[in-house]
Amino acid sequence: MRTLAQLKKHEKGIIKGFNDDTLSVKLMEMGCLPGTEVSVDLIAPFGDPIAIGVAGYCLSLRKNEAACIMIEE
Amino acid sequence: MSKAEKIKIALIGNPNSGKTTLFNLLTGLNQKTGNFPGVTVDKKSGFCKLPDGTVAEIIDLPGTYSIYPKTLDEQVVQDVLLDLDHPQHPDKVIIVADASNLKRNLLLFTQIRDLGIPLILVLNMMDVAQLKKLNIDLRGLSIDLGVKIVPTNSHSGDGINVLKEALTQSLIKSKRPFYDTYSLAPKTIDKIKEDFSLTEDYRAYQFAQQSVRLNFLSQYQKDEINTIKTNNGFYDVPTQSQETLGRYQLISDIVDRNIINSKDPLKKSITEKIDAVVTHAVFGYLIFFLMLMLIFQAIFAWAETPMNLIEGGIAEFSNLVKDVLPTDVITDLLTDGILAGLAGVLVFIPQIAILFAFIALLEESGYMSRAVFLMDKFMRKFGLNGKSVVPLISGMACAIPAIMATRNIESWKDRLITIFVTPFMSCSARLPVYAILIGLVVPNDTVLGFFNLQGLVLQGLYLLGFIAAIGSAFVMKYILKTKERAYFIMELPGYKIPSWKNIGLTIYDKSRTFVFEAGKVIIAISIILWVLASYGFNENFQNAETNVRVEIGTQATDEAYEIALNAYKLEHSIAGSFGKFIEPVIRPLGYDWKIGIALITSFAAREVFVGTMSTIYSIGASDDDETTIREKLSEEKNAQTGEPMYSPAVAFSLMVFYAFAMQCMSTLAVVYRETKGWKWPMIQMVYMTAVAYLSALLVYNLFS
Repeated sequence: MRTLAQLKKHEKGIIKGFNDDTLSVKLMEMGCLPGTEVSVDLIAPFGDPIAIGVAGYCLSLRKNEAACIMIEE
Repeated sequence: MSKAEKIKIALIGNPNSGKTTLFNLLTGLNQKTGNFPGVTVDKKSGFCKLPDGTVAEIIDLPGTYSIYPKTLDEQVVQDVLLDLDHPQHPDKVIIVADASNLKRNLLLFTQIRDLGIPLILVLNMMDVAQLKKLNIDLRGLSIDLGVKIVPTNSHSGDGINVLKEALTQSLIKSKRPFYDTYSLAPKTIDKIKEDFSLTEDYRAYQFAQQSVRLNFLSQYQKDEINTIKTNNGFYDVPTQSQETLGRYQLISDIVDRNIINSKDPLKKSITEKIDAVVTHAVFGYLIFFLMLMLIFQAIFAWAETPMNLIEGGIAEFSNLVKDVLPTDVITDLLTDGILAGLAGVLVFIPQIAILFAFIALLEESGYMSRAVFLMDKFMRKFGLNGKSVVPLISGMACAIPAIMATRNIESWKDRLITIFVTPFMSCSARLPVYAILIGLVVPNDTVLGFFNLQGLVLQGLYLLGFIAAIGSAFVMKYILKTKERAYFIMELPGYKIPSWKNIGLTIYDKSRTFVFEAGKVIIAISIILWVLASYGFNENFQNAETNVRVEIGTQATDEAYEIALNAYKLEHSIAGSFGKFIEPVIRPLGYDWKIGIALITSFAAREVFVGTMSTIYSIGASDDDETTIREKLSEEKNAQTGEPMYSPAVAFSLMVFYAFAMQCMSTLAVVYRETKGWKWPMIQMVYMTAVAYLSALLVYNLFS
């Protein structure tokens, strides 16, 4: 199972679920819902954090947080 | 109309929804900044006259994404809305939503709607929505959401009058909640509604979800809620998950039904194009450092003319007062005490205005969050957080708002480290100290074509502060232990052309606060200092006239006698005695007792240094001088060597001391409030003073 952290720049995926309950609530509030399409828009110069396009806006998060978001194959 | 009849309207919305711009449009200059009772969160409120003649108090609540708070600032929104007896509990709410990003913005709207407070939905940034080619069916949206909608463009001011008109009308409370919370936990909700006599399901549900956090509930009430939750099997996180999913489901359907996106998905937006450059591995950092460099250069270059005007103007005025009024104690107090101190305050206004203008510009344009994004990994190495960038950069304006800005950092350890090191960043109060000392010993030359040498030295001092800050953070990273997780989930808003009105208001607000808040302290200290420097109780002071006559001989001119007498009096005054008392400690740094007095008074606030210096030297000089403080300092001679007192060694040693020392009572007070105890402010003060003393000692010995 791939996570959001493993996507390459400009790659797209659909959120399948989360592997962390506490973080999932925060992420869902920000529009990262299961079934939503996300794309990796920016990766900071040293590889972390990343910025994703979700629900029509740009959200930045760290690699380890992105690793909590599972992507549909 | 009496005060009691004023209606209270709260502005609530996501960060970056243009809420503050709207607030500025509604209230104009009728604003005040206070505190929410019991917490140190800034409360911005203002008055707005509605078309029907009533006056409404508008409260600008901190931006938040949902009613579940993640930071201390967001906690305020929850307290104000859930506590029906809160003094700021609004009669009406304006929800500001970014029309170009409606789905996420509507989550907060639906939550507040279900609390049953009359509200109105403002779809702001309609221009951006148009640019994104979004066709919004306002009527359909209004019916589906069950709320009155006003479209606005806070940038141009479109729609503001419609909004004011709408606020005069009574807003209907919808009978049915938007989202059916009741079915999530019927028993828990029923019991809490009964025990706390609440009418709305969602309010009762929020009591269950947030009981621990709600400051207005007593411990007994919190325990009661917990018992209800346990008895009925209510679990916070899974229920919240279900609620968020459910709300988004409804929102998604409504938005898809009423908004048609006709934008070509392959076309890149301007924001994407700018981001490609601004977050680039090379250009990104280059832009960041160029930006900082521009700020320092601007502070020195642009502020010089207005500063000279202010300085010269007050010196002129002071002489005029001396000419008009009779020579007595009152005139002395007025010119040497009050006016000299006032000059020390007013002269910083240009520099403070420029600094705050730049910080407001970075925030407004959306660049600041990119700086956070770029710096996060680097900052994490030093035990900080990308979000520490904002406090550290604001720390260059003033440590007090900067330390308060750390509340956006969710992790306590990251936050504490940021609070601890932020005072190392050179604040605007140090600027006048640097400015005057650099002006004394660094030539006003141009190097490498266009860099001003004085500006470069200033930049070096700021760099020094930054190095001290991250160095100390690095050490603390290993001392502090924590198991808590740090989050870094942050919106990167689209770039915006800054609103000049917002920037203008920020400059006005900050300069005014500085003049009144810092001004009070500075003038009070100037007066106390004047008294301490003008009176003395020891024998030497009492017999000053005779002693000086004997010392300089009878053939000296009257003028020489007067100068010698004034200097002699100062040396033996109360202030002089204080200065002499600490002289042995500061002698190794190259300072004399006069600087000693300034160091003591600077513990109230650093900017007092210049005021103190000008008071000391005004008293020490003869009456008919018309020199500015800078000239006075450059004329000062070392009592032992006869060389100028402010040699490069002394000046640089002083600059370094001021760069590192914790000399600000207000900062200590804020750290006390934010860390809830005296432990951290005390450690901070001892640590910073030690660093300052040792560095100044090193610098003095290197240069002399």
